[in-house]
Amino acid sequence: MSVTTSPHATVATGPPRTPRAHWRHRLAERGVDGQLWLLAPAVLFVVLLFLYPFFYGLGLSFQPTKGGPFSDYARFFGDAYQRGTIWTTLGLALPAALLNVLASVPIAYRMRGRFRGKRLVTILLVVPITLGTVLTAQGLLNFLGPTGWFNRVLMALHLTDEPVRLVHNYWGVFFSLIITGFPFAFLLVLSYLSGIDPTLERAAATLGAGWWQRFRTVTLPLLMPGLATTFCLTFVLAFSVFPSAVLVGNPAGETRVISIAAYQAAYEQYDYPYASAIAMVMGAIELVIISVVLLARTRLYTGSSGGKG
Amino acid sequence: MTGTTPGFSQLRLDGVSRRFGSQDALAGLDLTIRTGEFIALLGPSGCGKSTALNCLAGLLPLTAGSIWQDERRVDTLPPERRGFGMVFQNYALFPHMSVRANVAFGLRMRRLPRDEIRRRTAEAIRLVRLEEHAGKLPGQLSGGQQQRVAIARAVVLEPSLVLMDEPLSNLDAKLRLEMRTEIRRLHQSLGLTTVYVTHDQEEALSLADRLVVLRAGRVQQIGSPQTLHTRPANWHVADFMGYRNLWPMRAVSPQGALVAVEADGFRLVGDPMGDVAPGDAVMAGVRPEDVRVGEPGEAATNTMPAEIEVVEYQGRELAAEARTATGIRVHLRTDRRVAPGDAVALSIDPERLLVFPSDSDEAPSAPLADPAGARLAEPGLVG
Repeated sequence: MSVTTSPHATVATGPPRTPRAHWRHRLAERGVDGQLWLLAPAVLFVVLLFLYPFFYGLGLSFQPTKGGPFSDYARFFGDAYQRGTIWTTLGLALPAALLNVLASVPIAYRMRGRFRGKRLVTILLVVPITLGTVLTAQGLLNFLGPTGWFNRVLMALHLTDEPVRLVHNYWGVFFSLIITGFPFAFLLVLSYLSGIDPTLERAAATLGAGWWQRFRTVTLPLLMPGLATTFCLTFVLAFSVFPSAVLVGNPAGETRVISIAAYQAAYEQYDYPYASAIAMVMGAIELVIISVVLLARTRLYTGSSGGKG
Repeated sequence: MTGTTPGFSQLRLDGVSRRFGSQDALAGLDLTIRTGEFIALLGPSGCGKSTALNCLAGLLPLTAGSIWQDERRVDTLPPERRGFGMVFQNYALFPHMSVRANVAFGLRMRRLPRDEIRRRTAEAIRLVRLEEHAGKLPGQLSGGQQQRVAIARAVVLEPSLVLMDEPLSNLDAKLRLEMRTEIRRLHQSLGLTTVYVTHDQEEALSLADRLVVLRAGRVQQIGSPQTLHTRPANWHVADFMGYRNLWPMRAVSPQGALVAVEADGFRLVGDPMGDVAPGDAVMAGVRPEDVRVGEPGEAATNTMPAEIEVVEYQGRELAAEARTATGIRVHLRTDRRVAPGDAVALSIDPERLLVFPSDSDEAPSAPLADPAGARLAEPGLVG
């Protein structure tokens, strides 16, 4: 190599080595960059409001006031009165979640296109979200109660001689779960449906499929994963029912849901470890149901459905 | 494949119209399609060609008019009862079904025997050469393969009419050419009556037996590829069929069967298309490939001195843009190695220069889109 003034030649004479990327590039490659700070508030919230209380409660549930670490769990499952709350709650939450999802499908299906007054109809269907549980309960008592309009109409029409009992029992809580849960289910199903390319149904039509065949063979299979997710969310909402179970239900009897059992342990007996154990059981049941549904969901087609949503 | 769908001898569109609000998307389309014919609906976007196709398919109700399959009225039938196959621009394959299930879908809807479904599905998949992909989901296929599935799915039913809505527009240039040949091959082997919508004049010319050129919802011309290529009915069709040079001029005097036209003291002789009287505003059109490049100083009919301004290399030929001494811009194609700044003489065979009457009496919405028409109004061009 002769003497040269070119800087390129100087580089070329050095030993061959692969240039190492700057550490910033290597971090960016793994998605680590300044934008990660945007996650900070969320992380803080999750740690403070979910992880800490959860693990605190979990620890507490293993430190009962008397007996071994599992004695509060044994106490809950050993007591038929307490154990029964699981079935009571499932008996409310499962049918309510299922009905919410099933009722949303035809309405959302009809409303997926563009039509006049769509916004108004959507607002009407979604308004119940803005009502609190207490307001809903109040409305239910007024409307469905023994002297409410519903029963008065029934009696005026001589369809029944004495008021039909629709509040302060199972049905009161069930209606309340429908009223508060349906808007969520409807909005979710509507957005899943608008994510399905409408050309698919038109293609099915040109191939000779009538409306029911189009729905059953094209739209429904593509919608199923969305319905599974929707079911999980509305189920979780319904499973943690508390205010309406007290206000429009029969909290000492047929609507004594699991959250009432936890509440009584915590704030009537002041037995926090026992209440924590009940809360953990509650969480575990929700997890089991969701796992089953999501496991079934993985067997469905979950890829692209061609839409813009 | 053996025909199972009842054929027809002709399909008649009778004043088929579709309005959206106050806008005519399609105004009075009259067309008779003979069985086995390949018809292309051609036009720029928004011309109503897709509307026409959707009306035929039954996906869009008509505002007026009727569609007749021989003596049977079909425009009142829902799409699933018309028995027409359709290929969509985005393919519209069912993403949750395998290629085989997609192709079998229409047969299953007809509740045909299981054996027949299996046999015809396999046959259609072989026809589009996708045997080794039959078990895959559409998402695992390339665009061209998806398009072939869409075609197989439509033709497996042996429909009396196949509708294709810009089926090649989502493919890249190379694949588009391949699929074009494929579609032509399928049409020749199956003889299925086809209506094909496209905005690509080359595609339409190469595929169709007859072309229907639409503009702003109205038919401009119906004819064979040759007719449209050489004798466009008006300057809008010419513009669309590749007459890139369209000059607003004024008719001066007839010269035998030809007519002399001029603008800015610049005079040409061309072939009149329609009634052109002296003094009329006209559009003179010529294809870039019909402009000849000669040495400067040549003097013959229709020769004008010009200077080359822009040159694009296009393989065997060059596409160039020249400007004449009078300021008119000329698109041309030549195999001479010209370079920007070269002085040349451009000449046009009078037979190849088409002179169209200008349509000053058009609906006010139409000429807005076309600056060439607007230039006519400039005082410099008058007289």
